[in-house]
Amino acid sequence: MILLAFLAQTLRIAIPYLLAAAGGVISERSGLIALTLEGYMLGGAFTAVWASYYSGSPWAGVAAAVAGGAVLALIYAVSAIRFRADQVVAGIAINLFAIGLTRYLLRLFFDSSSNSPRVAGFTVQGSGTGFGALLVNPLVWLGILVIPATAWLLYRTPFGLRVRAVGEHPTAAASVGVPVARVRYLAVLLSGMLAGLGGAYLALDQHQFTDGMTAGRGFIALAATIFGRWDPVRAGLACLLFAAAETLQIQLQGSQALPSQFVEMIPYVLTIVALAGVVGRAVAPAALGKTAIE
Amino acid sequence: MQKYALSSALTSNAVTLPPSRPGTSFHRIMRKLLLLVGVLLVVHVALLFAHPSGAEKPPAGNTVDVGVVFDLGGRGDKSFNDGAYLGAERAQKELGVRVRFIEPGEGSDRESGLRLLAAEGMDLVIGVGFIFTDDLTQLAKEYPTTKFAGVDYSVATDKDGKVIPPPSNLAALKFREEQGSYLVGALAALVGKSKKVGFVGGMDSPLIQKFEAGYEAGVHQVCPDCTVLAQYAGVTPEAFRNPGKGKEIALAQYQQGANVIFHASGSTGLGVFEAARQTNKLAIGVDADQYAEAPGYVLTSMVKGVDNAVYDAIKKTKDGTFTGGIYQYGLAEQGVGYIYDKNNAKLIPPDVHARLEQLRQDIVAGRISVPSTK
Repeated sequence: MILLAFLAQTLRIAIPYLLAAAGGVISERSGLIALTLEGYMLGGAFTAVWASYYSGSPWAGVAAAVAGGAVLALIYAVSAIRFRADQVVAGIAINLFAIGLTRYLLRLFFDSSSNSPRVAGFTVQGSGTGFGALLVNPLVWLGILVIPATAWLLYRTPFGLRVRAVGEHPTAAASVGVPVARVRYLAVLLSGMLAGLGGAYLALDQHQFTDGMTAGRGFIALAATIFGRWDPVRAGLACLLFAAAETLQIQLQGSQALPSQFVEMIPYVLTIVALAGVVGRAVAPAALGKTAIE
Repeated sequence: MQKYALSSALTSNAVTLPPSRPGTSFHRIMRKLLLLVGVLLVVHVALLFAHPSGAEKPPAGNTVDVGVVFDLGGRGDKSFNDGAYLGAERAQKELGVRVRFIEPGEGSDRESGLRLLAAEGMDLVIGVGFIFTDDLTQLAKEYPTTKFAGVDYSVATDKDGKVIPPPSNLAALKFREEQGSYLVGALAALVGKSKKVGFVGGMDSPLIQKFEAGYEAGVHQVCPDCTVLAQYAGVTPEAFRNPGKGKEIALAQYQQGANVIFHASGSTGLGVFEAARQTNKLAIGVDADQYAEAPGYVLTSMVKGVDNAVYDAIKKTKDGTFTGGIYQYGLAEQGVGYIYDKNNAKLIPPDVHARLEQLRQDIVAGRISVPSTK
């Protein structure tokens, strides 16, 4: 019973990480740093609530989250690919832009700088804390399936091969006729859509948008991407590990065995330990962050 | 006029640059950078010229000017920022004072919001939230003729535990949250009936621990062998707006057997209400009446009379009776309390309500003293 509750909570926490980390893997494999996941998630969370509010259907929210994430990703892609901006700087700019824009739109549409009204979502009232409540949510299924789907996309399709090629050696890829810029645009757009879905899960699970509600989850997804050595399956496992650590933190704090500040550290300490010892050397895609070389 | 002079200076500047040699990207970049800096400079100067019209001294008269700076969360939080807004708005209508609101963004410009208002010669500057404590203390010293008020101002103590009084032009508007929390703690234990009750705090800090301490004392007053599952969403101010975390903590507490959870966590608590809906259990709101957040699932709310405190401070400024110092608003002053109205009366049995009223009288009369620290 306790184990089941632990697993259900781990999965609940992991869903937004899984969706965003899948996007992170695709983007970084194509050579573009995915520092922007946080911004995509926040944008997706807002557009999901906005569309769900005006249409009354959470499915419209899901579609809007995909679009919202994609729009932010497009801005990032244009600045980093077309104008060859420094990816770290552009990435930070996108994140700040997403924070400011969502707050402005929150004000504009819902006349609050804190949170939106309640909207339709997927969770059912009175469904409890177990797996039953989870599995009626289609975004949970998406989060579970996104990892094998990403692995298939990257390793079993011509598009995946091209993504990996432009991330490792864009010049070589270009010399055999791969449209480097176009492949990268597509990869970044896809990452925006996936992270946007992660944001939609967060917002629709709460039935509302709250200012800054992603609270660093995009960065945890990025950490999982790197921790998983840019492999979708390993990144997915990393997401589950981070989520399990967070669950442990919540359960342990309740028991009052340890001071809260100490318990708060668990997920981060785990990340450092794992990165330093278990994973071994992390080798990034060779052309990551170097879009100027073409 | 000034603006044009500057932009022509900019173009002549650009002309005096060495012509870019082909192959050296360095000069190209430098020139672009210089151009960018120039444009920013022009915009900056233009804004400087645009500013004075807004900062003009209001026409002299006996109207009182009040400036309010909100905390993170801002207006529309259905909580204490909105409370402060209501109080100031009421003062605007009833007392005819002029009120200006500033809503700071990400932390850093909180102090500058207060400073701007003080520099513009406001009669009273109000900072909403304990986070303004240090900034208000500093500014009150720098602007000794301006009056300041801090909602939830946290009074410092020296190393002997003696209270350091705030500057004489600063009113610390404090609430005895522990007293209100005590009553909802007793209510949670009496209604929950499961020997376990929950508490979700925002940022782990002395202010929120005050809620927890009072709550726990109230729980143990009516149920000595009850356990309080107390958890915090984090150790930074961000912990006040992480509803995802709030929902997970609440789900875990409900799952461990709590039937009622009291939250003191700002927007994070919205997640607690979601968890209550999802598990068909009860939650207790904070600061304002939060019944509308989850009708049928909100047992009551521990309310703080931020509106009255803000209104009082403005009224005193207008009447000329404003004095600095520490103002405590407790149960006796109606500064804190709990909601009992037609919405939630069906959730609270009459005998439980009678018991709470008895406890309230005991606290007001001083027969029960509620601890404010763990």
